[in-house]
Formats: sequence, structure tokens, C-alpha cells
Amino acid sequence: MAQNIASHHEAEANDRVLFGFWIYLMTDLLMFAVLFATYAVLRDSTAGGPSDRELFRLPLAFTGTLLLLTSSFTCGIGMIAARQYKKFQTLLWFGITFLLGLAFLTLEVVEFRELIHEGHTWQSSAWLSSFFSLVGTHGLHIISGLLWMAVCMVFIVKRGLNSSMIRKLTLLSLFWHFLDIVWIFIFTIVYLMAFV
Amino acid sequence: MSSEPHNTSTHTEAERGTLGSYVVGFILSLLFTVIPYYLVTKKTLSGQALLITIIGFAVLQLIIQMVFFLHLGREPKPRWNLLFFVSTLGIILIVVLGSLWIMTHLNYNISPLEMNNELIKDEGIYRE
Amino acid sequence: MKEFLLGKLSLKALPHEWSTIGATMTFLVGALVLVLLITRLKRWKWLWNEWLTSVDPKKIGIMYFIVATFMLLRGGLDAVMIWLQQALSSGASNGYLSAAHFQQIFTAHGNIMVFFVAMGFMFGLINYVVPLQIGARDLASPFLNTLGFWLYVAGAIMINLFFVLGGEYAATGWLAVAPLSGTQFSPGVGVDYLIWSLQISGIGTTLGGINFVMTILKMRAPGMTLRKMPMFTWASLCSMVMVVTVFPILTVTLFLLFFDRYLGMHFFTTDLGGNAMMYTNLIWMWGHPEVYILMLPAFGIYSEVVSTFSGKRIASYTSQVLGMIGVSTLALLVWLHHFFTMGAGANVNAFFGIMTTVIAIPTAVLVFNWIATMYKGRIRFKTPMLWFLGFISVFSFGGLAGLLLAVPPANFQLHNSLFLVAHFHTMVIGGVLFGIFAGITYWFPKVTGFKLNERIGRYAFWGWIIGFCMAFIPLYVLGFMGATRRLDHYDSSTGWQPLFILALIGGIIISVAVVLQIIQIIASVIQKRQLADTTGDPWYGRTLEWATPSPPPFYNFATIPTVTARDAYWEIKRHGGLPKPKYEDIHMPKNTAYGIYVSAFAFLAGFAFVWHINWLAIVGIIGAIVCVIIRTFDEHVEYTITADEVEKIESKMRKKNLAADGQGEEMGLWDFVKIVITFIADIFRKKLWRRI
Repeated sequence: MAQNIASHHEAEANDRVLFGFWIYLMTDLLMFAVLFATYAVLRDSTAGGPSDRELFRLPLAFTGTLLLLTSSFTCGIGMIAARQYKKFQTLLWFGITFLLGLAFLTLEVVEFRELIHEGHTWQSSAWLSSFFSLVGTHGLHIISGLLWMAVCMVFIVKRGLNSSMIRKLTLLSLFWHFLDIVWIFIFTIVYLMAFV
Repeated sequence: MSSEPHNTSTHTEAERGTLGSYVVGFILSLLFTVIPYYLVTKKTLSGQALLITIIGFAVLQLIIQMVFFLHLGREPKPRWNLLFFVSTLGIILIVVLGSLWIMTHLNYNISPLEMNNELIKDEGIYRE
Repeated sequence: MKEFLLGKLSLKALPHEWSTIGATMTFLVGALVLVLLITRLKRWKWLWNEWLTSVDPKKIGIMYFIVATFMLLRGGLDAVMIWLQQALSSGASNGYLSAAHFQQIFTAHGNIMVFFVAMGFMFGLINYVVPLQIGARDLASPFLNTLGFWLYVAGAIMINLFFVLGGEYAATGWLAVAPLSGTQFSPGVGVDYLIWSLQISGIGTTLGGINFVMTILKMRAPGMTLRKMPMFTWASLCSMVMVVTVFPILTVTLFLLFFDRYLGMHFFTTDLGGNAMMYTNLIWMWGHPEVYILMLPAFGIYSEVVSTFSGKRIASYTSQVLGMIGVSTLALLVWLHHFFTMGAGANVNAFFGIMTTVIAIPTAVLVFNWIATMYKGRIRFKTPMLWFLGFISVFSFGGLAGLLLAVPPANFQLHNSLFLVAHFHTMVIGGVLFGIFAGITYWFPKVTGFKLNERIGRYAFWGWIIGFCMAFIPLYVLGFMGATRRLDHYDSSTGWQPLFILALIGGIIISVAVVLQIIQIIASVIQKRQLADTTGDPWYGRTLEWATPSPPPFYNFATIPTVTARDAYWEIKRHGGLPKPKYEDIHMPKNTAYGIYVSAFAFLAGFAFVWHINWLAIVGIIGAIVCVIIRTFDEHVEYTITADEVEKIESKMRKKNLAADGQGEEMGLWDFVKIVITFIADIFRKKLWRRI
């Protein structure tokens, strides 16, 4: 009886936390929407410099997109393992997700460094300001997700896989899937549309 | 229920992902990423048609990932998550399209007449 | 090296003008007195454990009130300075403020009133009342609640910090419109203080919004469906959904302005492709829904007050709810009416003008509903009801002014004139502030256990409404006469000065009314036995918060009531009162200091961004993240009170209540003056200073 009340209490609490985090994701989506709107408005404000068509390397962005998409998939597999309390598999799949995410981030850093090296920085024009802000904000979110993932994995090793950890992983996976969804639109509107 | 103290705590049955749903979602998403990429690079379509197609694929992939990765719409009623998501989409449309509409129109009264066809049409200005 | 350590900070940032020195001294003396008092009374541990680290929404609500009251006085002081300057500064005279000072004052006045007074009071009321109304014990996330409060405090400190370090505030108007707010035209730290105080408290608001939405949707008492919720809860839900929707827009817009200033980006600059008009677009996309975010809880308060003091349920529950939802939705579609004159052309202006006019419809539905509720009711003219009646008369008038402004051609004449200033002050004072006063006087007995003095309350109300009319009707006239807003000086040939002097007199009357409100509180404390609320239901209320003792125990309800109808408590009373309590174990959240820690780090980061101290910014951000990780991975955040302990607490409360008084006549103003004179005389006669 007490066990039931306790697990009912926990189920309700979980439901609430998940819902609250969902609302937070919606606010994050809206923040990206404003960045997208700004990018769309300022897309032609190149201040006489080269345009997106001339500066972007589509194959690089495409590779990054595939890496991130795959990481979203492996994250989902990790969640299935977690809910079955399979500690090693959870660590394995989230580890792969982490590496794929790190690879994605590396490609992005490479792209940024190249642009900056050639003198196209966020100070060069309004368009470049909004490009670096939009893609950079997504990158910052990826870094946060990777940090969160690493901390979770450390705690799984130390404390084991209990229901509280599973709840945290659920939130993390929601966050990670959501980041991939935002990236679909960055890839389409920023990169693909440059070449239309 | 009381004999399985673990299972009740995290998610209801309907919301949990199955391997199948993740695999299907992954394959479809791959498809919807690769196709627009090749359409753009091989220049199979162009202009307005290409634009609509790639945005269409992005929206499709959004739906696929919401359904197969985020299990949207499979929660028990009341479906708050779905409701909040749909409203957020609506507001995103207001933010993005509203901003674009307003900002492009700010040149309405100050562009040189030669460049502002919309003004000419609206005001019924006849040119020789 | 010095630049690395201190950024742009130097000895020059310390106060060196009469205003900044004076303000800094006031803060220091005030802080010193407070510290000495707490030390003398040996209350540091109590303060920390019982209040500062508390996650009880009742305590957090009270703390919001205290900070918001302080900010109200601060913002009100700004207002008095503006009135004085504008009354004096005609023709040959330049008043007593420089143009630069004047601009900083009206900017600070706007920021403080919107972000720290109105939001603070509303969050305080919602925190205290909503959990009680829905039969919950706490919010969904106690940690987010305390974090949101301390982020608000960090923002409040930030906006006052410029007096001590920097000496200047933004001189751009409360929304810091670009490109004036960019580095080129505002090179000092003023705009940075604006950005970071708004940003930090804004994030607190967003977290609070998420929390309240979660709570209202998921933690209602059994049987309370959405359609049985009280009006204030509905209003809070609509308002918080709007918060969650539009505050992200503010967050990003302020970040973009910050990027321009800190990283040399070009979103809103005048060169390299920047588009300053995009700032105006984005900031008002947030700004308009913001005023409705403030307004909706006030509407909720009015619904509760009208219903209780007319002795009737609300005339049409469904249309009231639909009206509030209608207002919230339409609020997202009207923002361009703040910049009709920016030149988007007739088609765009027409769309937004029509949408603005349409939003008057659901608002009117609400107003007619309240009036219909009063019809054939048994009206009791207690102070909260007076505030409602004041609101109805004043707000309708200001709303009509708004309808006039909604018409684009008329707006081209009236944009940024004093007509506009009069309109929005009517809305915010007549609507939001009167609502806050109605709410405070209504729920005061629940929070403290004794009612507020009605006589002095009446005087304060009449002072406010007469003062308000005197201060703002001249502004409507001045607007039509061509006076623009934010003028620190004008020609004597305009003939405006008499009207500005009238406005100043109105302002003085309002100041007297505020003093009366402070006296009201002190007089009520002095007479708290006579004014005591012994039943928990001093107004014959209809909603669940009145089913608890005054003040409620920290767990709100010993047993969560089951709800069967709207006006849940009215229904319970009709059926013979609350059932005999069945005590059970209660799980309550533990206090936590992490709200304070995270906010302290956030404050440091904001401060570092203001002064370009990069290493400190990194420390602040990393510190905040580490604290959040520590807190979220802490698995022991709750404690249990056994059923026996609950029973003991309940019986102790019952005994205490039976001992209270509740009889006797309340004092008038002259009685209060006599008490003060006697007290001062006593200090000297009995040489009371020797007791300190």
C-alpha cells in the first residue's frame, strides 16, 4: 500500500517534471524562432561582402547534419536500454551519441574557424552577425547537451541506474532530439536555401 | 502493479519508444535529409519550386521526428504536450512571418518609385 | 593587467555627483541599519532558515511584496522628480535637472515600474493565492520558485547598482530602442545595466511562468476540472502562458543588443547592414503581450472581488474565461500599433489597427460581466470593492483613448505625445495598480491574520483616484495640444505650464495617498487584535483559499479538499462546511539555498558583462551551471510530516484562533496622529534610546 502511494507520488512527480521541461523546450523553440526571423530579415545585409552562396560549404554542413541525425537515433536507442535498466548498454549508446555530437561540434568549429580566418567574422556585416548568432546558439546548446550527457554518465557509473537517473536521461533525450529538429531548419533555411 | 515496482515510475506504456519507431523515424529522416540535399546540389529543380520542396521536406522531417522520436500525440488525454507544441508552432509563424511582412514593408514609402511595384499597384499610379 | 582584471571598471566609476552620492549614502545607511537591527535581535539564522532559503510559495510571495514595495517607492520618487521638472521647466527656467539626468530618470521609472513593481506584486499574489485556490500545497517546482525570486532580486539590485558604480543609467527610454541604445550613441554602462537587470529578472520570470503553468495544469485538487477553477487562477494561467510565450522574445532581443554592444555585432547598428527597426519590431512583439501579462491577473482579482462583495457568483463564467483567453490570444497580434509611424505602409498598418480595435471586444465582455455580476447583488463597499469601482471608471476612459490611438491616421498625430503617456498610465495605474491594491486589501487578512483598517483605506483610495485624475487628465489635454513625451523643457509660448502644474499637484496628492497607505498598514498592525480574522473567512468568500485558517499553515491544507462545483468553498459551506479532517502524512519540499547561489553567480556574470570583465563572466556562468548540476542531482529534497504532527499543529492553531479578539472600533487618521505624537513623546520622556 505504502509502496503504491510512493510510486504513484513518484509517477505524478515525473509527469510534472516532464511536462515542465516540455514547456521549457517550447520557450527554447521560440528563442530560436526569433533568431530565425532575424536571420531571414538580415540575410541580404552582407555590407558588400561575399554572400552565403559564396561562403558556405554545403558538403560539410550535410555531413554534420547526418552526424547529428544519427546521434539523435542512438540517443533513442540509449533510452530504450535505460528503461530496461541495462546499465552497460545505456552507457554504450549514450557514449556513441556523445561522440557523434562531439564530431558534429568539431565540424562546426572547423567551419567557424575557416570563416574567421578569411576575415568573415560576426563583426563584418549584419548577415554574418545573425549567422554566427543563430548557428552559434545552436552550438552552445549542443555543448550544454554534451556536458549534461557526460555528467549523467558519470553519475550512472557512480550511483547506478535508478528511476531518478532514468528521468534525467529522459529529459536529456528530449533536449537532444529537439536540438536535432532545430538543426533540420538551420540546415534547410541557412545552408540549403543559400544555394536555391 | 505492485509486483513490478520499477515499471510504473517513468512513462506510460503508450509513450515509450519501441525500437521499431526509432528505426522507422531514423530511416525516414535520413531520406528527407538526403533528398533535398541532392535536389539542391544537382540543381534538379530551381527557384520557387525548389524552395517550396525543401521547406516541405523540412516540415515533413519535423513531423516524423516529433512522432517517432518525441512520441508526440501518443500521451494520454489531456494532450497538453501536443496542445503546447501546436500553439508554439502558431506563434513561431506569427513571429517569423509577421517580422518578415513588417520588415519588408518598411521600405514601402521610401523606396524609389521605380523599384516599388507594390506601391504603384496599391496607389493606382499610372506610368507613361 | 588592470584591464584584464577590472575591464572597464575604474575609480572613475565611483559616485561623484550629488545624486549618485546621495543615493549611495542612502543605500549604505539603510543597509547598515538593517544589519544592525537583525544582529541586535539575533535573527540571522532565523532569517536564513525561515525566509531566505524558504521554498514555501507563501513566504516567497511575501518577499516579492517587500521588494516590490521598495521598488514602488523608488519608481515613485522618479515620478515625483519628473512631475517637478516638467512643472518648473518652462521658458527661461530649465528646471533643476539636466537633460541627461531627466532622460535617465524616465527610463529608470519605466523599467522599475514594469519589471520590478507590477511583475513583483503580481508574482507575489499568484505565488500566495493560486496554490490555495487550487487546493495544492506548493508549486510544481519549489526550486524554480525560489530561483525565480532570487533572480528577480538580482535584477532589482542590478538596476540600483548604477548609483554606486558607474553613475549613469540608460538614457534611451524604458525599452532602449536602437540605434540610440547601441555603443555608438550610448557608449557608457547605463544601457548595459538596463540590459542585464532586465535579462536576469526576465529569465526569473520565464522560469516562474513555466512553474505556474505546470502547477495550474497538473496540481489541482481532485474534482477541480478546468471549468471549475476560480477566476484568479484562470487569469493567472492565461497570463503565465503568455509569459512562457513572449519572454523568450525579450531574452533573445536583449541578447542581440548585448551582442552588438559587447561583441561588435551589427544587428541594430547604423552601419554594415544593421537594421535598427528590427529591434523596435522584436521588442514590441514582447512589449505588447507584456502589458496584458500584467493586466490579466488584475482582471482575475477584480472578478474575485466583484463576486465576493456582490454576494453573487460571476455573471457568466464561460464568457469570462473565453474573454480572458480571447484577450491573451489577440494580444499576440497587435504589436505594430506601437510603431504605426515607422512606415510599414497602409496595408500593414490597417491590419494591426483593426486587430487592436478587435481586442476591445473581449475586454468589453469582461467589463460587462463584472457589471452584470453587481446587478441585483448585495453590494458591500469594502476597500477592495472601492478599488474595483475606481478601476471600472478610470480604465474604461483610458481604454477609449486606446481605441482612438488604434486608428492609424489618428495615431500619426498622437504617437509619442502626452496623450499616449496619459493612456498607458491610465491602463497601468487604473488597471494594474488598482488591481494590485484591490488584491492586497482583499487577501491581506489571509496572509497576516488581521484585516486592514477600512477608514484610512478609504481615504487612501480617494486620494489615489483624485490625485490620479488631476495628474493625468491634463496630460490628455496636453497631448491634443501637441506636447510630446519625454520633454525636459518647453517654450513658455506653448501655454502648457499651468497644465503641468496641475499634474504636479495631482502627483502630490498621490504621494499623500501613498503615505496614507503606509499609515493604514501601521495602524492595522497596531490594532491587529481588534481587526483579527478569527474564522479564516473574513469576507464570506467563495473560493478555497478562505477554507484555511488565517494565516494558513505551511502545508496549506491538512487534507486536500475534494471539489464538486465552481466557487468551491461556497459549495462546501452550503453543504455544512469542511468534512472532519482525516490526517495523513504530508510530503513537503526542503528549503534550499541554491536559488540564492545560482542567482548570485548570475548577478556576477551580468555585472561582468556590464563592465567587460571577461574572466568574471566565465566564473559567473560556470558557477551558476555547477550549482544547478549540484542541486538537480541532489536526490534528498523532500521531508515528511507524520499525520500525528499534522494533527498537533492543527489543534494548536485552533487554540490560538479562539484567543484572538476581533472586536472593537478601528482607528481613524486623527487617532493615528495622536498615537504617533504620544510615541515620540514617550521616547523622550522615558529616554527609550537607552534600551537599544
